[in-house]
Amino acid sequence: MRGTHAGLALVALLAAAPVASRVAPFVVQEDAIVAPLDSLTGDPTRGEAVVRNRETANCLICHTIPGTTEQFMGDIGPPLAGAGSRLVPGQIRLRLVDPTLVNPDAIMPPYHRTEGLLRVDARYRGQPVLTAQEVEDVVAYLSGLKE
Amino acid sequence: MTAGRRTTRALLLALPWLALGLLAGAAEIRPTRDYLSPELRRAQDDPSRHPGWLWVEEGEALWQDGERSCQSCHGGIGAMAGVAARYPAVAVDGALLNLEGRIERCRTQQQGQPAFGYESEPLLALTAAIALRSRGMLVDVDTEGPAAPFMGEGRRFYETRQGQLNLACGQCHDDKAGQHLRGDVISNGLGTGYPAYRLDWNTLGSLHRRLRACSLGVRAEQLPLGSAEYLALELFLASRAKGQPIEAPGLRR
Repeated sequence: MRGTHAGLALVALLAAAPVASRVAPFVVQEDAIVAPLDSLTGDPTRGEAVVRNRETANCLICHTIPGTTEQFMGDIGPPLAGAGSRLVPGQIRLRLVDPTLVNPDAIMPPYHRTEGLLRVDARYRGQPVLTAQEVEDVVAYLSGLKE
Repeated sequence: MTAGRRTTRALLLALPWLALGLLAGAAEIRPTRDYLSPELRRAQDDPSRHPGWLWVEEGEALWQDGERSCQSCHGGIGAMAGVAARYPAVAVDGALLNLEGRIERCRTQQQGQPAFGYESEPLLALTAAIALRSRGMLVDVDTEGPAAPFMGEGRRFYETRQGQLNLACGQCHDDKAGQHLRGDVISNGLGTGYPAYRLDWNTLGSLHRRLRACSLGVRAEQLPLGSAEYLALELFLASRAKGQPIEAPGLRR
């Protein structure tokens, strides 16, 4: 009986582990996260797809990107053209993970954070908007947007 | 004095006001109709091109319907002029009621009928028909006395970041009004046009239905229609809309 309980507890722990680790650990230095999340390598082509996806990050609801025929892009945030000239990859990474780390009043949502958020809908609770891999892909894409 | 000098002088006199205007810039509220496309604005003003009028006509019929009709106590529906501009309001028992809540109370307590139910067609129709009687009148909601605690709750809800996207209402509706989310223009987030016919709903709906869409937009929990949180928020939105015209039934994208 005891063994079964212990076994069940272990199963529960294993099941919970991936949820708890959905947000990759990171270290903030100045206004940057220098090291890639989970030491992953980003892919700019996948990153562009993430940026254009309306269902997940939906970046274009607020930003414009260069060189596309995309219609109806927003003007809340700065244009992403030249992002790679204005910011180094570590600065882009931090702004994607959680812009309030650099500006507490930032309007831009945190894309890789689950803690300290209020009334999150059950469908999204405990999950970041973007996975660590997706964040790295977007970092790779934006870093390549030079002016 | 030359024309140039007069202009300079006028500018100098205006400077303190311009500065004040800039300071207050974030708080500037404009009626939602100002943010509509010209076509939508024209259609909102034209009953023959506004599908919301189907509900208005239905509501006017309901007003006179039954033995203990609304009309049997209140007289013609014209007597409702100005009512929508004063709601939400605190009832004698201390409850905060919006127009829908007031109608449902009348229905159950005065008319001895079962409640229509939030978002039901007859309730939307009566609300639209009654709100139309205040069209063009300026919002003059009471926010003091018994309404004050509700105001506080509504303001807190409005100013608190929420959802997976960690956004507070005001970050868009105060600070970014007039700018674009994709193809949509952000308004000041007033409730003055509700109930409204929304093209993306293809039907008439209540303000609380719209608020549920806002909640989902920031990936926050959607609260029930008529919930205490949305009622308090509705009062706070009305306080921001003081002095703005009622547009209901509105026409929205």
